[in-house]
Amino acid sequence: MTTIVGATAGATPPATAVANRHKRDWRGWGFVGPFVAVFLFVFIAPLIYALVSSLFSYRAFFGTTEFVGLSNYTKLFGDQLFWSGLGRVALVLLIQVPIMLGIALVIALAIDSGRLHGSGLFRISVFLPYLIPTVVAALMWGFLYGTNYGLVSQINSALGTHINPFAQQWILVSIGNVMTWTYVGYNMLIFYSSLRSINASLYEAALIDGASEWQIIKAIKLPHLRGSLAITTIFSIIGTFQLFNEPSIMQKMAPAVITNSFTPNMYAYNLSFSSGQQGYAAALAIVMGLITVIVAYAVQLRGLSLDEGKK
Amino acid sequence: MGFNTSRRGFLGVATAGLAAAALAGCSSNNTSSGSSASAAAFDANKSYTLNVWAWEPTIQKDSEVTKAFTKQYPNITLNITNTGGASDEYTSLSNALQAGTGLPDVAQIEYYALPQYSIGSNLADLTPFGAGDLQSKYTTGTWNSIHQTTNKGAKGIFALPVDSGPMALFYNKATFDRAGVTTPPKTWDEFYDAAVKIHALGGNYYITSDSGNDAGFLTSIMWQLSPGAFKVDGQKVTVDFTGADFQKFVTIWQKLISEKLISTSITGWSDEWFKGLGDGTLASLPTGAWMPANLLKSSPAASGNFRVAAMPSIDGSAKNAENGGSSLAVLAKTAADTQAAAYKYLEFVSNGPGATLRVQAGNFPSLEATLEDPNFQASTGDFAAPDLLKYFGNQEYNKQLAAGAKNVNSGWSYLPFQVAVNSKFADTVGKAYNNSGTTLKDALSAWGDAIVSYGNDQGYQVTKKS
Amino acid sequence: MSTVTGSKSHRRAAGLLKPRKYNPNVVQKNWVRTIIIGIFVVYALFPLVWLLINATKTQQDFIGTFGFSFGHKFAFWDNIVQLFTYNNGLFGRWLLNTVMYVVIGGGGAVCLAILGGYGLAKYDFPGRKAVFMTVMGAIAVPSAALAVPTFLMFAKLGLTNTPISVIIPSLVAPFGLYLMYIFTLESVPTEILEAARMDGASEFRTFFTVALPLLAPGIVTVSLFTATTTWNNYFLPLIMLKDQNWYPLIIGLNQWNNQAFIPGAEPVQNLVVIGSLITILPLVATFLLLQRFWQAGLSAGGVKE
Repeated sequence: MTTIVGATAGATPPATAVANRHKRDWRGWGFVGPFVAVFLFVFIAPLIYALVSSLFSYRAFFGTTEFVGLSNYTKLFGDQLFWSGLGRVALVLLIQVPIMLGIALVIALAIDSGRLHGSGLFRISVFLPYLIPTVVAALMWGFLYGTNYGLVSQINSALGTHINPFAQQWILVSIGNVMTWTYVGYNMLIFYSSLRSINASLYEAALIDGASEWQIIKAIKLPHLRGSLAITTIFSIIGTFQLFNEPSIMQKMAPAVITNSFTPNMYAYNLSFSSGQQGYAAALAIVMGLITVIVAYAVQLRGLSLDEGKK
Repeated sequence: MGFNTSRRGFLGVATAGLAAAALAGCSSNNTSSGSSASAAAFDANKSYTLNVWAWEPTIQKDSEVTKAFTKQYPNITLNITNTGGASDEYTSLSNALQAGTGLPDVAQIEYYALPQYSIGSNLADLTPFGAGDLQSKYTTGTWNSIHQTTNKGAKGIFALPVDSGPMALFYNKATFDRAGVTTPPKTWDEFYDAAVKIHALGGNYYITSDSGNDAGFLTSIMWQLSPGAFKVDGQKVTVDFTGADFQKFVTIWQKLISEKLISTSITGWSDEWFKGLGDGTLASLPTGAWMPANLLKSSPAASGNFRVAAMPSIDGSAKNAENGGSSLAVLAKTAADTQAAAYKYLEFVSNGPGATLRVQAGNFPSLEATLEDPNFQASTGDFAAPDLLKYFGNQEYNKQLAAGAKNVNSGWSYLPFQVAVNSKFADTVGKAYNNSGTTLKDALSAWGDAIVSYGNDQGYQVTKKS
Repeated sequence: MSTVTGSKSHRRAAGLLKPRKYNPNVVQKNWVRTIIIGIFVVYALFPLVWLLINATKTQQDFIGTFGFSFGHKFAFWDNIVQLFTYNNGLFGRWLLNTVMYVVIGGGGAVCLAILGGYGLAKYDFPGRKAVFMTVMGAIAVPSAALAVPTFLMFAKLGLTNTPISVIIPSLVAPFGLYLMYIFTLESVPTEILEAARMDGASEFRTFFTVALPLLAPGIVTVSLFTATTTWNNYFLPLIMLKDQNWYPLIIGLNQWNNQAFIPGAEPVQNLVVIGSLITILPLVATFLLLQRFWQAGLSAGGVKE
């Protein structure tokens, strides 16, 4: 571990330089300003709106809006549907995310090692699933998971099994599989492009020093990937807590198992668009946001290397 | 156009639309309803533009109906937006209502969603335009559906029917014959017996499928058997799932689920579903009369095998209900003289020349005259449909369906917030379908509780009878 | 281990940053490894076989034949012709719309992310930490709940049902921002920037001439992600747009797909499948074209000195 940290310090720019020389340096805003401006408009303004509306309850049918204080929040804490949805995404986070990132890492290292035949083909193939539009993903997995006419029915009859990917006990595995399939290439690409930015001279130096391939991975590649790993982890946490697309795709095929409250984000969507409970939906969203930030912070914020630029 | 929102579309149930709720209130102060006497007159010499939102294919931009209308009313320009489906349209409509801008003049709305929009006075009352005189034209089911009461207690007619969906049992005669079911079941008990025989043909044979997400189906069964399930009187709402006949149905349906005699894994409108209906492994389908065109197009393999029978009931009587179907409404915010033009359009589509054109294109009629037309019943003459006749083995299927329309129970009403609570259906009732040990009866009771809780939150006084 | 680390820092300290091209072709290929990773490639690709096979089917065969077998008729070319002529060639219009959204919205997002990521990585400006925290906190809030407020805001500004309502939200790519931040930390040594500044280059000139080339692999990656996200953007356009003529491909294809469930409408799932295939082709092509830049990024770094 220490080796890795030490090596990272070498791989990333000596940050002290940045901090000291540009203290109270407003020039940075010249670069960050445009992004921040649009971000305020697109994200922060609606967020403030949501924050305010979470304190109100709309009685749609009678045209009244009532200030309810924090009661949307207290109601949420007693809402079984919310908690079981949260439980599901937490389970996915604990199991699916490590598997997915692990596979992505291995593939990125393998391709980067230059020892694969046709590595260009591998790169694009693994990334392809990410490009599939959701509407087709729904048609496709509907077929693959189909227990009557689909691939699973063939597998079942060949093996004499009775697996139903849409049954209660399999559903998270089925969804996790779709997520892994979709996002491995995506994460692989981040790792891979990070690896490509390693200065070639480092390898040469290492080879001159007689380092084995495994040593190079441990001492150069993995430390270099620390930032990318942190960012993919954090975004996987955010993505998993906001899980929406994959279960929605499959909802069509298993609506009694994947209900409208299957994940917190689906629940928020449903409250907002189907039952007009926008204040409640906003409260849910804000609580989820807080939970996500806390978990992300606990898991990886140090690794986001926010402070790396300073210490 | 009928099918239930809950059954279709990308994002399926989740998109069930209707934030209408929240939004309904917003525009409740600026409506024209109540000001009944002051309907503006349509001026044939003036130019109008109507913005129409609809998903129904027969009234799209390049449809025969639109062409014919433009020919008859050259001064009315139709600007039709294909909203792609009911749920997508409701989302847009609700958003636009809340924003107060970007609203259409005319919108297609399903019957079961109509209360949710009319209650907040978002829709124009059509009585001042003469809609009150149309009773004799429409079937009882559709005529009742377009009558609504706003949250201010104003009664009115808030839409004109587009199509209707009296229920019927569509069944695959070939499968029934092979299983030894010689006559279609007249009662739900016989339906159970038939289910046993059909499942005996093989593990993948089922009399029908129900995966526990289709609130539209179960509420239609309530309408058929115990039509007092929902009572709405101003802000007082009662929910009563204890009706004797409905409870008998629940018991039978429970047996079908427990004994795995109906498929709970094949979801309506999925690929697998159409395939099952096509190859005869899903042997029947109790649904609305708008189904034939769908069967023909998506389960063509079953051509010649399907037949239509009356819905099974508890006592063998011909009681029936509607399932699905939609209407056209005029938005309250539309300017008064545009509303007059919009009403011309509604009439044209609903009971004018457009109605016939739509039926010819596959809609099921809501007009008595059409239902009684011998050509319609026999699929001949103006209503010739050789492919469909062949699909139903030359049965006069429309005759059967039209008979079903006559038997639709009166006295039914949907909840004012039906769309909202239907979106909570799978979370509660669905539990009875996924081997979690919950009985259908308890699951329905849980849905009832969800209805009470939601309704009370919204300012209604909801009580549940148990 | 320490040898490796040591030599690295040594070289860095000595300013031996000049990269030479690291040529993977000189390394010996390994079949065992190829096969192991190949298994995953099969996993990734085999669902796509479904897409290819079904792109050759008529609507009739699509619903009537097994998913992994070919239909009675090979209708691939017919489908393409039908795709571009159906609904008066609406698909072509959608394709152009999507290209516009990707170029303007996605392209803009990449530019903002590069600038922002660089700014965050290389300057310690007042509010830097607040920017991090705010972006992080805001994106952690489930997007579904923000859709209605966003719509209302755009409606107030009269922007709904215009291309602008799709473009503006896609200008923000927080993930891209973070990635660029990380990539800048990883691949733009501060010494090089300092050297450029010493030569009297302005901040922006330093950025464009020194940092940008070094960031090439990262920029390519972020561009791909952003392009894909914009290309497949579903939720917001669905809410914002009513006019079919402004639809991006995904919304349009989805609407066609829904026709299978609407009585009386014509099911055109064959067009949905072929349309999806056509939809992903430009992305695949872009990916393949841009592949060169991963390598180029490294050599470009060399050119700099």
